[in-house]
Amino acid sequence: MSSFLIKRLLALIPVLLTVSAVVFMIIHFIPGDPAAAMLGSQANEEQLAQMREKMGLNEPLFIQYTLWLSNLLQGDLGSSLVSDQTVLSLIANRLPVTLNLIIYSMAISILIAIPLGVISAVKHNTGFDYASMVIALIGISIPNFWAALLLIMVFALNLGMFPATGYISISESLILNIKHLTLPAFSLGFIQAGIITRMTRSSMLDVLRQDYIRTVKAKGASPFTLVFRHALKNAMIPIVTIIGINFGLLLGGTVVVESIFSINGIGQLMIQSVLNRDYPVIQGIILVIAAIYVFITLFVDILYTYFDPKIKYSKG
Amino acid sequence: MKNLSLNVIKKPKVSSSPFFEHFKNFSRRKQGIAGLLIITVILLIAIFAPLIAPYDPVDDVNYSNLNAAPSSTHLFGTDEYGRDIFSRVIYGAKVSIQISFITILISASIGVVMGLISGFFGGVIDGLLMRLVDGLMSFPPLLFAIALMAALGSSIKNIILALAIVYTPMFARLIRGCVLSIKEKEYIDSIKVMGGSNIRILFKHILPNCVSPLLIQMTTYFAYAILAEASLSFLGLGVPQPDPSWGNILYDGRQYMIDSPWITIFPGIAIGLTVLGLNLLGDGLRDYLDPNLD
Repeated sequence: MSSFLIKRLLALIPVLLTVSAVVFMIIHFIPGDPAAAMLGSQANEEQLAQMREKMGLNEPLFIQYTLWLSNLLQGDLGSSLVSDQTVLSLIANRLPVTLNLIIYSMAISILIAIPLGVISAVKHNTGFDYASMVIALIGISIPNFWAALLLIMVFALNLGMFPATGYISISESLILNIKHLTLPAFSLGFIQAGIITRMTRSSMLDVLRQDYIRTVKAKGASPFTLVFRHALKNAMIPIVTIIGINFGLLLGGTVVVESIFSINGIGQLMIQSVLNRDYPVIQGIILVIAAIYVFITLFVDILYTYFDPKIKYSKG
Repeated sequence: MKNLSLNVIKKPKVSSSPFFEHFKNFSRRKQGIAGLLIITVILLIAIFAPLIAPYDPVDDVNYSNLNAAPSSTHLFGTDEYGRDIFSRVIYGAKVSIQISFITILISASIGVVMGLISGFFGGVIDGLLMRLVDGLMSFPPLLFAIALMAALGSSIKNIILALAIVYTPMFARLIRGCVLSIKEKEYIDSIKVMGGSNIRILFKHILPNCVSPLLIQMTTYFAYAILAEASLSFLGLGVPQPDPSWGNILYDGRQYMIDSPWITIFPGIAIGLTVLGLNLLGDGLRDYLDPNLD
């Protein structure tokens, strides 16, 4: 197990290097002079020269990258061009808010999706199965920002059950935190719930067809033991994978949802930085998020060993 | 669904024409057909937008009829400039579908070539290409697209470019996997022994075997592209105003949500229906092309 872990960690190095190179290259995607793009059309030659100097744009590309990378390895992501705060502190302030939203949303979708998927598989080809598949299909087809707008219209503006915008941290008030995040979490969660329901159902169907399940049935196990103790655990690998992948989708979807609900998380920071052409912050955000995503993938791989001890990692 | 696919296998095929036979088999999958129908209608609407839309989506501004509710003259109501929402949604179909279609075509073409080269030749090329693919796939797609749009600036051409950069690695990965699974088969060896060139083996013997997963993935990613374009435009980073796309009509309607909800409701339904159609079509194709999957 530990040698597997070391190997997997070593394999992350080229991936993270590529990620860093892509992030670095983003400002070189700007057509024309990146310094001019950041300062706008009113900038004079002197300001432009200063900005080029500040961003190290005068050096050859490879030198720029190595400089940037060595700063990065020391935890220096640069500073915002707008507020002079360091990128790292900006991100560190906002990240907990976004994670709060994402985890809540993930919890909601898992709590809805896994039971729905399991029951659908057990009651294969019944009315319940068809109904839940239709709901799941609608779930994955609705854009999350549209769901957000409709939820606001119905539950905030018309029924007044939840606030339409804003965020209260858990330390201030858990109840208000949940109240504020419920609509955003649901709008993010619809798609996840749809995807996870479908995956749970098809994975459970595969497992329920296997011989050992027949043996367990023959031994007289109760349906509950059969499904939850014997089938679900073996059906978990594809489900865990899809949940891991969806984490990435949530990290993207949160940009739109945070902007609708005025939640001051990473997503809002991203949008503000894009509008302000604050490229160091944009680069910092996608770098940090990609790194988080890469480590979640690793975590999912490790979870496999729990769900299926047969998976041998010594060779892999 | 399972029973149906068994029937198909058991029945001896009396084929009139291969295409007709394919269609007949496919048409047994109700959801696939439903999806195909929805997508065909939406495509027709997109293609014939100028004939269907009663008003010009951009120029027919009417300041005496702002944010009007749906009526017989304006089926979906009007927006903040008095423009006809119905016409804007119809033209929006054209813009949104064009962008997504071209995006998928480009990503699939480049991805297929990358995947074929990577999977077939292996070695250093494979290593380098796949590290690039791994790296690009480490970014959440929408977030990556937003960052790219921030650098490139918003225009239709740049949305296509940004989304193509995001989606190409996914096609490369798919095709590479497919090539790896086929390249070791014995018949490929015998073709090599008979002196078949690499190009011939790749395009005539390996690629055709990858068409099914490719088609399924193209359908799924078409849906993703529709959603991504809508999200970008909704954030004001996609299709520049005043041209309509489903996302930027929603963006317009956002501030009038309480008094004029129709501005937000109809383009959302259009997006949802298109994505639903593509998902149904994708599921149908999967059932039909890959009977092993449930």
